[in-house]
Amino acid sequence: MTAGDIVEYVVKSAIIIVFLLTAFAYMTLYERKLVGRVQVRHGPNRVGPGGLLQPVADGVKLLFKQAITPRGVDFPLYILAPAISVVAALVTFAVIPVGPGGVNLFGYRTDLWLADLDVGVLFVLAMSSLGVYGIVLAGYASNSKYSLLGGLRASAQLISYELSLGLSLVGVLMLTGSLSLNDIVNGQGGTWLGFIPRWYILVQPLAFIIYAISGVAETNRAPFDLVEAEQELVGGYHTEYTGLRFALFFMAEYINMVTISALAATLFLGGWRGPFFGGPWWLLLKIALLLTGYVLLRATLPRLRYDQLMHFGWRVLLPLSLLNIVITAIGIVLLG
Amino acid sequence: MAGLLADLGAFARGFRTTIGHIFRKPVTQQYPDVIPPVQTRFRGRHMLMRYDNGLERCIGCSLCAVICPAEAIYVEAAENSDTARYSPGERYAKRYEINMIRCIYCGYCQEACPTEAIVLGHEYAFSDYTRDGLIYTKDMLLVPDPRQAPATSASAAD
Repeated sequence: MTAGDIVEYVVKSAIIIVFLLTAFAYMTLYERKLVGRVQVRHGPNRVGPGGLLQPVADGVKLLFKQAITPRGVDFPLYILAPAISVVAALVTFAVIPVGPGGVNLFGYRTDLWLADLDVGVLFVLAMSSLGVYGIVLAGYASNSKYSLLGGLRASAQLISYELSLGLSLVGVLMLTGSLSLNDIVNGQGGTWLGFIPRWYILVQPLAFIIYAISGVAETNRAPFDLVEAEQELVGGYHTEYTGLRFALFFMAEYINMVTISALAATLFLGGWRGPFFGGPWWLLLKIALLLTGYVLLRATLPRLRYDQLMHFGWRVLLPLSLLNIVITAIGIVLLG
Repeated sequence: MAGLLADLGAFARGFRTTIGHIFRKPVTQQYPDVIPPVQTRFRGRHMLMRYDNGLERCIGCSLCAVICPAEAIYVEAAENSDTARYSPGERYAKRYEINMIRCIYCGYCQEACPTEAIVLGHEYAFSDYTRDGLIYTKDMLLVPDPRQAPATSASAAD
């Protein structure tokens, strides 16, 4: 690895981090705006034109908030927990290809991804599981019953839905024969009959639905937001966090949403591939559409009860994802 | 199977409702930017009216102060003289104060007034930082002289 390679990686990492943080900031605004419109309100519109500077105002406010540390916390873990959440959320994006390889940018030949791991999908799953530690440790270290209950719910929920999430991807992996996200995107190039894109959602619709549902559960979003059920657990695992530490948890949640959406776009919707113009813009458009779905879910559906959550995860999604694998296997054998 | 279809139908109905609502016009009133009109008989901040020739309507009879259930009004009358004439009658209000914190905006004062001197207007946003600042004196309550600023007093009196 030469010095130029290192600079390239640093620059790419910086771009990804800046993109994710901006996406986080404006995702909060977009969500508040859209939920506002669903409830026939305006949403934030006081700061800047149409409320566009609201995320900045929120960020500055959180930055200057007092960092309260409650009595009796396990301090090292208490500090570490939000950091784990954010790092796990940020790192996942590294393997997602945002465009074709070997592009000339400013006279420099580069690939539009940070890392093309042979085990990219596995890496994503590992990192999303690692993010759970942030939540569980936050609940454990906070010395609060609400936080602890939130953390416990998180571990139970994530174990339940991680399985179906992983299994839903197996169908795609069988079709591609590779765990590299780059190969998966390349496997979706071209069209059927000249106009239908060869996206895996068309051959794996069941897998996509299972992935989407598990993805919402993985990010602890409504209707699976039992982890931070305000009405029962005050704030769940982040009850005892204030200021910037709280902001980090918030950041992790929204970045995870972006990453899960980016992954869904990559695995099922052809990634950066699209008609007329390929590359990052298509990926961005697909991510935005999926995030809109996230917000509409939150605006529409009430929260599941705990036993409903467990029932749905183990007795509906898991058998369905196994069934999908069997069907895919039969299909591959029969159709070659 | 029928249960599943019913559930999916419920989902579809839910999303049709939420997505349909996105395209409705928000019902929020943008209050400080767009001030909604009040009813014509709305009882807000008091005004002491004048005749068209600029003389004050108030004759210092203190009927408003007597009828006021909150005892928010204080009137101190004085005799008019030929050199200093404020109202058409014998007397005028030398001091006229309303304690806006005590006032319950019942409108009895304007009903009791024999000369229609005190009227409850449409202004309602006049909070202050001190209690003293909310005791409105005659200078603050009296509408401007119509001979000097006819437009303001006419619109304020409607």
